[in-house]
Amino acid sequence: MDTSRSYLEPSSFSKKLAATIIIVYTVITLIPISWMVMTSFKNVNSAISYPPEVLFEPSLEGYVNLFTNRSRQSQEYLDSLPAPETWYEELVRSREMVITGPSKFLGRYSNSMIIGFGSTFASVFLGALAAYAFSRFRVPLKDDLLFFILSTRMFPPIAVAVPIFIMYRKLGLGDTHLGMIILYTVVNLSLAVWLLKGFMDEIPKEYEEAAMIDGYSRLQAFFKVVLPQAMTGIAATAIFCMIFSWNEYAFAVLLTQFNAQTAPPFIPTIIGEGGLDWPAIGAGTTLFLLPVMIFTIILRKHLLRGITFGAVRK
Amino acid sequence: MSKIKIVNLQKSFGDFTAVKNSNLTINDKEFFVLLGPSGCGKTTTLRMIAGLELPTSGEIYLGEEEVGMLRASERDIAFVFQLFALYPHMNVKNNLSFPLKMQGYSRSEIKTRVEEAAKLLRIDHILNSNISSLSGGDRQRVALGRALVRRPKAFLMDEPLGTLDAEFRELMCLELKKLHIDIGATTVYVTHDQLEAMSLADRIAVMDGGEILQADEPSVIYNKPATKFVASFIGSPGMNFISIDQGISNEQSTLNIEGTNFNIPKQYEISKGKKNSFGIRPENLSLTNEGGLKGSVFGVEYLGSRKIVTIKTNFGELKVKTDISTSVKINENVQVKPSNDNIIIFDGETDKSLKSEFMNKWQK
Repeated sequence: MDTSRSYLEPSSFSKKLAATIIIVYTVITLIPISWMVMTSFKNVNSAISYPPEVLFEPSLEGYVNLFTNRSRQSQEYLDSLPAPETWYEELVRSREMVITGPSKFLGRYSNSMIIGFGSTFASVFLGALAAYAFSRFRVPLKDDLLFFILSTRMFPPIAVAVPIFIMYRKLGLGDTHLGMIILYTVVNLSLAVWLLKGFMDEIPKEYEEAAMIDGYSRLQAFFKVVLPQAMTGIAATAIFCMIFSWNEYAFAVLLTQFNAQTAPPFIPTIIGEGGLDWPAIGAGTTLFLLPVMIFTIILRKHLLRGITFGAVRK
Repeated sequence: MSKIKIVNLQKSFGDFTAVKNSNLTINDKEFFVLLGPSGCGKTTTLRMIAGLELPTSGEIYLGEEEVGMLRASERDIAFVFQLFALYPHMNVKNNLSFPLKMQGYSRSEIKTRVEEAAKLLRIDHILNSNISSLSGGDRQRVALGRALVRRPKAFLMDEPLGTLDAEFRELMCLELKKLHIDIGATTVYVTHDQLEAMSLADRIAVMDGGEILQADEPSVIYNKPATKFVASFIGSPGMNFISIDQGISNEQSTLNIEGTNFNIPKQYEISKGKKNSFGIRPENLSLTNEGGLKGSVFGVEYLGSRKIVTIKTNFGELKVKTDISTSVKINENVQVKPSNDNIIIFDGETDKSLKSEFMNKWQK
């Protein structure tokens, strides 16, 4: 009998099986993402060629198209222009076009940043305060209130799209950054309160009692002692909130048009000559993916600890 | 440093009264221990002094100031928690300077004070360590350090040695006592361990069921317990009790129990009730061959310098502290008799001890 491993440890067969399942799953998940990244480096023709090209000559045309507006010109006009100064001008010229100005992408992208990070910050901050109160104070009707907060997540947010649309128009919040931040915060807040309450419950109240005896007010103790210890929970909550508000599409389509339009409704509308400009869309989605990816990688350490936090009492 | 006085202090949580109408005066520079079983209200009393709980009624004086309704941060006391509650996201130095930062001391002043406290507690070599890397004893010292950097009016400690292992607890006990003598701070210390209480305290208050039963010096508490509960709680093992179905009068000098005469000290108080009991400490009982209470040996505990023999008699189990050379076997028939008249009679109705010549020896 093999006694080299403990009974609690899985057998080498089940370890291999688990690894195989994970690898297969990862490959399947990565196919659309790698296709998207590949498309972003193709040129317009190879992006839509059939059969699809797996090996191709990479080009930055998609990225150039994403960031610029262009117009087609006759060969004589192009010849009359001075030589192109930059590599991207040269690329556009070779397609018999000239750059007429920057596209709206950068503006939409920064809208996404402002609204995404803004609502994430607001959700986590308000959620932490509410969670702390629910965790520490005798709140009248505590259980009912918590259930009510949770119940706001029981229907799909889009179910209330029409009333929100009308409300936002009357309040002048339509197509504003503030309006979108408030909306995403409202949707995320219930999740934030519930997640963070669990983390706050795990922090012994002696810490803030010690801080209060050391001369700090409860609010100061909250910021100096409780929040730093809730970092794992805050990181986990922030990632969930960020992913939602960054990816949100339906409300963004409905409520924003120019001023506060985010990247998700903008990217699919990128139109080139004779239809959708797939390389530019690929480039847009690839760039769109990056912030959440970086954000998650930065907070990953906390997230891993966060999910298993409190599973075993120290 | 200042004295602490609590007057008619009461605390209720809903229907449950945790602390009943308590009065206490803790003198300046005194090491005062609140002792009792769990749930007796000792921690609640301490937390009210600290300002972590607000009293339902009554007053708390810190020095001359009534602080009952003040926030903890406004009272200028220090508190050492059972689980230390050191801030895990700060290193030792930051833990120690945390209370000082709030008070607006200059950076150099904070540095001197932290170093001073660290030196006193011999933790100056770990100032830059993380809390999680410290041993239990070092954490204990850091917790004490955080309490004393501020030079507060009083130290409050809630079973600070409860989580340490036995050997280390003894060492910390000594250190605490020495520290107290060195800095002369008014200290209120909560514990359920009567040995810890006896070895540390200038005075002890024994609590049970939310009431303070007796507050006095350890020797008085041990020899002159005010109630049956105090007598059984203090001492290891606690006092033996034998119930007697007879009243007690002034002239009485012996009690006859099942044919055995027990000499009792001169009684100053009498009890006419028929349900009294008398108490005798295990060290005042001895084994004998004849003329004692009959019983059989139920258990023998070997304690190194002496033995505790438990004897089953018609009056319940009696514990006898005997010489190490005594050899008895389980189930052996033996007899027990008192070796002196250090006997305390407890009133059957009130559970209070009756005044006697013996009791008065311990009067201050």
